[in-house]
Amino acid sequence: MTMFPPRDRTWHPPALHMPYKSSRLRSPTHAPIQFPTTPAEEAGPTFGHGILGALDADLITNFAKPGEMALGPRLIVHGTLRDETGRGVPDALIEVWQANAGGRYRHKKEGYLAPLDPNFGGCGRMITDAEGRYRFTTIQPGAYPWPNGPNDWRPAHIHFSVFGHSFAQRLITQMYFEGDPLIPLCPIVGSIPSAEAVTALTATLDIEATKPMDSLAYRFDITLRGPNQTHFENQPEGM
Amino acid sequence: MRLKESPSQTAGPYVHIGCTPRATGLAFADHDLGSSLITGSVDGTQITITGSVIDGAGDPLLDAMVEIWQADGDGQFGKSKGFTGWGRTAGDMDTGAFTFETVKPGPVALADGRLQAPHVTFWIVARGINLGLQTRMYFADEETANASDPLLCALPDPSRAATMLGHPTGDNTYRFDIRLQGEGETVFLDI
Ligand SMILES: [Fe+3]
Repeated sequence: MTMFPPRDRTWHPPALHMPYKSSRLRSPTHAPIQFPTTPAEEAGPTFGHGILGALDADLITNFAKPGEMALGPRLIVHGTLRDETGRGVPDALIEVWQANAGGRYRHKKEGYLAPLDPNFGGCGRMITDAEGRYRFTTIQPGAYPWPNGPNDWRPAHIHFSVFGHSFAQRLITQMYFEGDPLIPLCPIVGSIPSAEAVTALTATLDIEATKPMDSLAYRFDITLRGPNQTHFENQPEGM
Repeated sequence: MRLKESPSQTAGPYVHIGCTPRATGLAFADHDLGSSLITGSVDGTQITITGSVIDGAGDPLLDAMVEIWQADGDGQFGKSKGFTGWGRTAGDMDTGAFTFETVKPGPVALADGRLQAPHVTFWIVARGINLGLQTRMYFADEETANASDPLLCALPDPSRAATMLGHPTGDNTYRFDIRLQGEGETVFLDI
């Protein structure tokens, strides 16, 4: 069992961010109650590698007809999942979802005029390896307009849902792309209090990891909450 | 040097594509993860928990995703074979109602030996929720255990404890509505 310090609420977006209209009626007005973590937060559900299908981490083909592929610039997205102490988090479930290259989601309630791609579902998942690394292949999602202000556009992004080893390490966030001029204009990105924190959600082009004549690569490291202090027994002698 | 947790962002309106794809009609995998907590024979009383997530205007959310995480009937997490302790649902996309078939959790001991009353952790994400909201459902018919629960007893405003109670409605069913804002706003936890 591992105790976790409380989240830094000045680093995360506040519940209410007026420019993001949907937060106005969905934000609690009371501050959340702090309490030391208990067994409920110090344990969590586990997912074996056995849940994964062969194409779960390949969004280019996992919804495509046999022999076909999703449209759009081909990408490798990879990184390391670690905790706040810097240790890799192995065997963690990461689920991703995204719009297609035209900025359209495959969802009943989505009505943007950009067309669906018959070969793109937009859903994938993977489990981190022994060092906490993950990798998936997809296509570059498009930016899309959304009903908020009179003319709001989401920067290109991929949604991430992450399970660490305990419920205290449950996190949902979004990955943005380095250099996207829509990032500073977005009211959802704008809910994040500091530029430094926005940078933490911005994937960087990783030219070393590209596949020549095939796919560009972006690196996106994710950090989950970590235990209060490094366990004494793991510290090397003399430190 | 300590790293910072990745900042949270809203799950948005299409969280179901990634987390409950089959509920959106997407043929992905053979079942949605978390669709059953009970996966085999399990000890304890089987119960149903149902409710809605309600916004500040009194309307149920139709695009939320709700997860629960709980101990088994013996108060242990993740130890019983036929019971995962973890459930996830998109709810009913037309009414917003969520339903979990589960078992009643046993009391859970803290590291110092104090006993917590039976409870189920709830985690709610949706469009407009910037950081997943965590709360607990306690059982309204566990008055004695609730009266000495360390967390319920530590609330700065004890009158708000009532917002964390699931109410029996017969047939081992409990009703738990989560109010995000305003009158009767549910207590949310930073733990
Ligand atoms: Fe999105």
